[in-house]
This record gives sequence, structure tokens and C-alpha cells, in this order.
Amino acid sequence: MVVFSRHTLFIMSYAVQFESVSRAFGETQALNHVSFSVESGEFFGLLGPNGAGKTTLISILAGLIRSDRGLARVMGFDAATHPMQARMNLGVVPQEIVYDPFFTVRETLRFQAGYFGLMRADDWIDEVLSHLGLIDKARLNMRALSGGMRRRVLVAQALVHKPPVIVLDEPTAGVDVESRHALWAFISRLNAEGHTILLTTHYLEEAQKLCGRIAMLKKGNVVALDHTDNLLKRFSQSLTVRLKAPRLPLAWASRALPLPSSDAVQITLDRYEDIEALIAAFRQENIPIDRFSTEEADLEDVFLRLTGDTDDKAAPPAATKEHHA
Amino acid sequence: MLLYKEVRRFWRVFAQTVAAPVITTLLYLLIFSHALSNRISLFHEGVSYAAFLVPGLVMMSVLQNAFANSSSSLIQSKISGNLVFILLAPISPFGFFAAYVLAGVARGLLVGIGVWLTAVIFFTPELLHPRGVLWILIFAFLGSALLSMLGIIAGLWSEKFDQLAMFQNFIITPLTFLSGVFYSVHSLPAFWQTASQLNPFFYMIDGFRYGFFGASDVPVLTSLAFVGAATLILGGLTWKLIDQGWKIRP
Ligand SMILES: Nc1ncnc2c1ncn2[C@@H]1O[C@H](COP(=O)(O)OP(=O)(O)O)[C@@H](O)[C@H]1O
Ligand SMILES: [Mg+2]
Repeated sequence: MVVFSRHTLFIMSYAVQFESVSRAFGETQALNHVSFSVESGEFFGLLGPNGAGKTTLISILAGLIRSDRGLARVMGFDAATHPMQARMNLGVVPQEIVYDPFFTVRETLRFQAGYFGLMRADDWIDEVLSHLGLIDKARLNMRALSGGMRRRVLVAQALVHKPPVIVLDEPTAGVDVESRHALWAFISRLNAEGHTILLTTHYLEEAQKLCGRIAMLKKGNVVALDHTDNLLKRFSQSLTVRLKAPRLPLAWASRALPLPSSDAVQITLDRYEDIEALIAAFRQENIPIDRFSTEEADLEDVFLRLTGDTDDKAAPPAATKEHHA
Repeated sequence: MLLYKEVRRFWRVFAQTVAAPVITTLLYLLIFSHALSNRISLFHEGVSYAAFLVPGLVMMSVLQNAFANSSSSLIQSKISGNLVFILLAPISPFGFFAAYVLAGVARGLLVGIGVWLTAVIFFTPELLHPRGVLWILIFAFLGSALLSMLGIIAGLWSEKFDQLAMFQNFIITPLTFLSGVFYSVHSLPAFWQTASQLNPFFYMIDGFRYGFFGASDVPVLTSLAFVGAATLILGGLTWKLIDQGWKIRP
């Protein structure tokens, strides 16, 4: 008994735990031995380009899909073997905006609270609604709301049972700038009140601003796992060059990433000194440079370097950023 | 809570889910009782064809609406994606099962009562005081529960509305129509009599009718055994499918 409780205690210090989680869909290996843990009270970011496996990982945590192998735990409860307790401790904001067109905002939230065994949750529902700027919409049918408002109802639904762990799957995608900032403030407040937050996002600015720690996924593999500061520091020596030229020197062509919104390319240099080598190469091959700019590393560069392949033309994350902005 | 929501769901579209089936069934009654009254032989002297028909039609609408409720609710939730809210909640597989079954039973019984009352008012006042109310309730409950379960399976299995329609057109409708709603199976050729006896719907309707007249094609206890066993087996299967997250937790 003593051993058991000690064991439990040990596990309980993590709010979320993934141990070697794998999942394939036919030929696609969506997740490949993903392991990381999130401590209680953390604000954790899960980043990765489209198709990296973020939603799949979250769905396994929430018990919405099965894993092929590995463990996913919420507050120490295995999502596969103790689904009821795991779900009780977890609030999930799904990526897709879904709603039940039969009901009003308040009914939607009352039902959701009821599913969690909370029959008189109106005070808390009111509080959540007013924080999310929805209180005057409570009597409206879900069909009457805009996309952004429905998204906020999703957030409210995830909170009805005051779960210690809150998972948000790209909650700000398609939300206007103003409500995005309101949502950030609200999530930050929840975190300050002690909720553990696991956020997936395309907006690197969002992760940089909010998350203390970050895991980056690429094609189902964890390619980085560190404190946000460290990730930035690790790459702070590096420099991003954006330039436009009729063609690129042979030696550099493979390191250039196309920028989706213009005909320019982006090259990340490990050291400042490399600028000289780059420019020398252009001179040597007699290529004129039409435009040239440099930038200090930010999370986006880290992201690009870790998740981008020059041979992989599938939408680089920068494209998604532009797309959603 | 899930049960409450499911009931609220169909209540909100009362006109579609309760009123419309009642009216449709009464149209059946009107047409068939006039068209067929002279051609059908019955098991019981002194029972008019309309009076014979009413319990069958009541039961048919109970069954069809129980099926429609769970299957359409599930497929709608799956297609619009809002089933996720139920899947995210700590609702036990049995709770899930019971809520969908009982919501289907509730709608089935509601429509059934509606059909019976209007039929009694306009056509067959002699059916106001059925002989065995308990038998009626037992068969209505078991039958609607069974069809709710079939509806759950169909709703879990289908990915589109047309797949659900297929299930309905090729399984539910033939089984209801070949179950003795419109005739006593004794009036059928031998082959079809035997075929009917393999149809669980036949026993539901026959047992239900027994509750009204105290007479039936097969002994009521036989019907009860068949329907009860079918309900238990299908209930176990449905519960298991939900527990395994068949098609909903891939
Ligand atoms: N239900 C599914 N069936 C088949 N493939 C899927 C399914 N869900 C996800 N995938 C595949 O798994 C990979 C990861 O998807 P997903 O987890 O949605 O990525 P992300 O959320 O990071 O964009 C993708 O290649 C996607 O096509
Ligand atoms: Mg996703």
C-alpha cells in the first residue's frame, strides 16, 4: 500500500504525460514514439506544421482515438485504462468548430456541465461567459453565432467542469485580432489561477508570448523540447537573411527556403560571419542581388529550421501564419 | 443528463418527430382500413379490421420512431462533429447506452400514445379500454428499446445519411411490414407464415396486440420470451460496441 501511494504521488506531479506514444493511420505514421511531460501549472506549447500529429496526440490524451502503443496520462490517470478519471481532469477545446444546432449557448453549457455531473453550474457558467464576452449571447441559438463566438463557446464548454488541465487545439485559428488578445488574456489568467495549459498553435508569436516550454513536432517526431527562452537562445547566434535574386549560387541553393508571399527566399545562417561567405558566393558567380535584409532569430526561425525541409515543398509554417493572419 | 438532452432534442422539433409520424400513421389507418377491410381474414371473431389494424399501426410507429430517434441523433452528432462533447465527458459506456435507448423509448411511446389516442377518438372507440395494459406496456417498452438499440448500431455504423437510409430501407421497413401489422399471419401462405415466425418484429406486434384483445397468433409468453431474449442479446451487443468505441473512438 505504501509503495502504491508513493508510486501514485510520483506520477501525480505531472499534469500530462506522454510515454512513447505511437499511432499510424494506414501508411501514415502520425505519431512515432512521442514522449514528454507537462508539469502541473505549466503553460506548455505544442508546435508543428500541418499534419505534424498535434491533433492526433491530443485526441489520444482525450480518449477520442486509440494509440497503437505508449501511454498518455492526465493527472496520473491513464487515458486508456482510466478514461473516466482522465476526462474528469481534462478540458479540451477541439480544433474544429462544432456545435449542436438544436440548442442555445446556455443550454449547450448546461448540458456539458451536466455530463460532468454538475447540475447547478449557472453561476460558474455566467462567470465563464462574461469573461469570454458571451454573456449577452447566452440566450441565442448556436446557429445565430459567428465563427469567432462559436469558438469561444467551445472554450467555455471545455471549462464547465473546472478541469485542472486545459488543452486548446489551435484556439485562435480564424479568430479576429481583438478576440484573440482577449482569449490570450483569459487563458493566461486561467494559468495564473493554477490550471495547466497545453496549447497547440500555428501562431509562433502566440507561443513565444505565452508558453514557458515548447515541444515541436515534425511528422510525428518530437524535434525540440525545451524552455522557450532556451530555444531562442540556442539560435540567437543565428541570423536570417531574406533576399531576392535572379538565381542562387550553387552552394547555397539547397539552404534557401522559398517565402510563400513573395518571390524572395530565406536563408538561415549559423553565425554572423557567414554573411560574408554568402555575399562572396554571389559575387563569384556574378549574380546581382535585388533585395537583401537580415533579421535576428525568433521562434519562427527555430521552427523553420527544425521543421522545414528544403526538399519538402509542403506548406512551410510561415505560409500558414500568413494564411490565418 | 444525456437522456434529458436527447429528449429535449426531439421535443424541440416536436412537429417533425412526434406530430408528423402520428399523422402519417393515421393516414395509413384511413387508407388500409377502407381498402382492405373485406379481404383480410382475422384471428378473432367480432374484431373489426380497423380495430385489428390500430394496435399494429401503433406498435409500428412506436418501433419506427424509436429507431429513428437514436439513429438520427447519432448520425447527426457524428456528421456535425458535436458527438465529441459526449465523447469528452466522463459518461460511462452504460450511461451512453441507456440514455440513447431510453430517449428512443420515450419518443416511441409518445408517438404511440398519440396514434392510439387519435385512433380511439376518430375510428375505434372500443380500443379505449384494452384488456391487458401491462402486456401493452411491456411489449411497447421492449420493442422500442430493441429498435433504439438497432438505431444506435445503425447510427454508429453509418458515416452518411444514405447509409442510414439503406439500413432503414433494407432491414427495418421490410421487417415491420412483414410482421403482421396489416394482417394476421394465419391468413398467409404456409411459407410466409414460417418466415414471419423468424421475424422478431412479428412477436413484438403479436404480443402487443394480445394486450388489446387477449388473443393472438402465437401464445403471448412465447412472444415475450422471443422479444425479451432479443432485447437482452442486442442490448449486450450494443453496450459492448459502445464500450469498445466502435467507429467513434477509432
Ligand atoms: N482519422 C485519420 N485518418 C487518416 N489519417 C489521419 C487521421 N487523422 C490524422 N491523420 C493523419 O495523421 C497526420 C497527423 O494529423 P494531425 O494530428 O491532424 O496533425 P496536426 O494537428 O499537427 O495538423 C496527418 O498526416 C493526417 O493526414
Ligand atoms: Mg491539428
